[in-house]
Amino acid sequence: MSKIHLRQIAHGRSGDKGDAANIGIIAYDDEGYKIIEKHLTAERVKKHFEGICFGEVERYEMPNIRALNFILNNALGGGGTVSLKLDAQGKTLAAALLRMEIET
Amino acid sequence: MKSKIKIASGQGFWGDLIDAPYHQVIKGDIDYLVMDYLAEVTMSIMQKQKSRNPNLGYAIDLIDLMKRLLPITSKKGIKVITNGGGVNPISCADAILDAAMKLDIGKLDVAVVLGDDIKDCLDDLIKKGCDLNNMETGEPIITVKDKLLSANVYFGAFPIVEALKRGADIVIMGRTTDTGLTLAPMIYEFGWKNTDYDLLAAGTVAGHILECGAQSSGGNFLGDWESIPDMAEIGFPIAEAYPNGEVIITKHENTGGRVTFETVAEQLVYEIGDPKEYITPDCVADFSSIKLEEIGKDRVKVYNVIGKPETEFYKVSCSYHDGFSATGSLTYCWPQALTKAKAADKILRKRLENLGLKFDEIRSEFVGYNATHENLAPQMDEDKINEIVLRFSVRAKDRNTINRFGQEIAPLILTGPPSVTGFAGGRPKPKDVIAYWPALIKKTMVEPKVKILELK
Repeated sequence: MSKIHLRQIAHGRSGDKGDAANIGIIAYDDEGYKIIEKHLTAERVKKHFEGICFGEVERYEMPNIRALNFILNNALGGGGTVSLKLDAQGKTLAAALLRMEIET
Repeated sequence: MKSKIKIASGQGFWGDLIDAPYHQVIKGDIDYLVMDYLAEVTMSIMQKQKSRNPNLGYAIDLIDLMKRLLPITSKKGIKVITNGGGVNPISCADAILDAAMKLDIGKLDVAVVLGDDIKDCLDDLIKKGCDLNNMETGEPIITVKDKLLSANVYFGAFPIVEALKRGADIVIMGRTTDTGLTLAPMIYEFGWKNTDYDLLAAGTVAGHILECGAQSSGGNFLGDWESIPDMAEIGFPIAEAYPNGEVIITKHENTGGRVTFETVAEQLVYEIGDPKEYITPDCVADFSSIKLEEIGKDRVKVYNVIGKPETEFYKVSCSYHDGFSATGSLTYCWPQALTKAKAADKILRKRLENLGLKFDEIRSEFVGYNATHENLAPQMDEDKINEIVLRFSVRAKDRNTINRFGQEIAPLILTGPPSVTGFAGGRPKPKDVIAYWPALIKKTMVEPKVKILELK
């Protein structure tokens, strides 16, 4: 068993939908997609963001582009101009998810 | 029928690179220039401008831009499609025609699409049975009706198609889906029908790839971003579209940036929900069917897109006033930068409490430490950090409360922890908090109207 940083095998982009953030994570190759498909569960992502996301995490699969899309509900402090957060639109959350370490 | 058309993205939002559309029309051949100006907050800003001056309420930069573009676009036969009309597309079109008159470019047909702005007919619509309940909370619109600043229906591609059929050289829209701007010329040029769902979905996907400007051609790229060439002169994306729905995403030669599987894939996942249900007024596109293939340098083929019939609803976006907020910041330096910033935060909170001020929310962030990733940020060795910015924000219903907060930032310089600077901008001012009310409306309740204004 070895540990890898998610950022070694994937990249991505994040943004906002109201008070929910979306994070798309894209594996660099098929091998990487197998790893994220298996290990990057909605539960793992929810746990990773326990200080940021206060709602449910939804996961959607896009094997066609080796990607997973996560919706983090109640994660942006109200969203839009209501939110007082520096990152009110969740632009930095993809990078925050890439911090995760995965054991393979 | 043309065998292919080139649609170029010129703006990803109001405030994007001003020269980008100009470069799109001079650095190579294109058939259409599409420019997205509207975000939700933009509509309320424009509504406010219109209430002060009935001739405003659109993307004002568009007029100066069109003065530069028109001599080129009319010579080359490039059509321009934009939602920069905001909440006043007619005044926007008039201003463009005024500018065009002085340019000696000959005949010009400017189309406007009206009917998306339903703010003034809400009572009527509610009477007719549109509840316009909040899609997220289920609350009825009546709870915020008196505070509403804007209410707009998102139209799709078909009103633009009608404008093109009627000979428009420029199409000025109000609220339109970003994707509709790109899909419309494909429907018009290739004769696609409103039941060709796979084709409509293919054009919608192309629109999604173009709608955020350079975000699909190397900008904001989280992969190997340092390897993206010449970001200073980044080329905005171009969709080379074919009648069978295949689209090649590319950019002009001799521009910076890059178009690859990775740069396009990052844009595909941007701000989407369930990839199987990408809903627009024109169709429902299945993003999990899309295939991407690099077929050359800066050329990515997008194909195999599957679509389903559109829903019977338009999305409505309303905005309403919901109090005020303000943000102040102070910079603390080594030694103990974070400890000082945290102490200042504590002092400020105590003073606000002593004043008896009521806030809906108080938030402090430590920029340089954990403002973006919060508890995911690693513990830091404070001795190695040179400075930390305390960013302190408040939100309240009452403007005076926010004003009073604004008077409490500067005093911290002489009455708090040492080696503090960065307070040059004056007291933080109250900003309007604009909240959103997403809703649905039956398509049969509103009708887009196309109007052509001519310069002969």
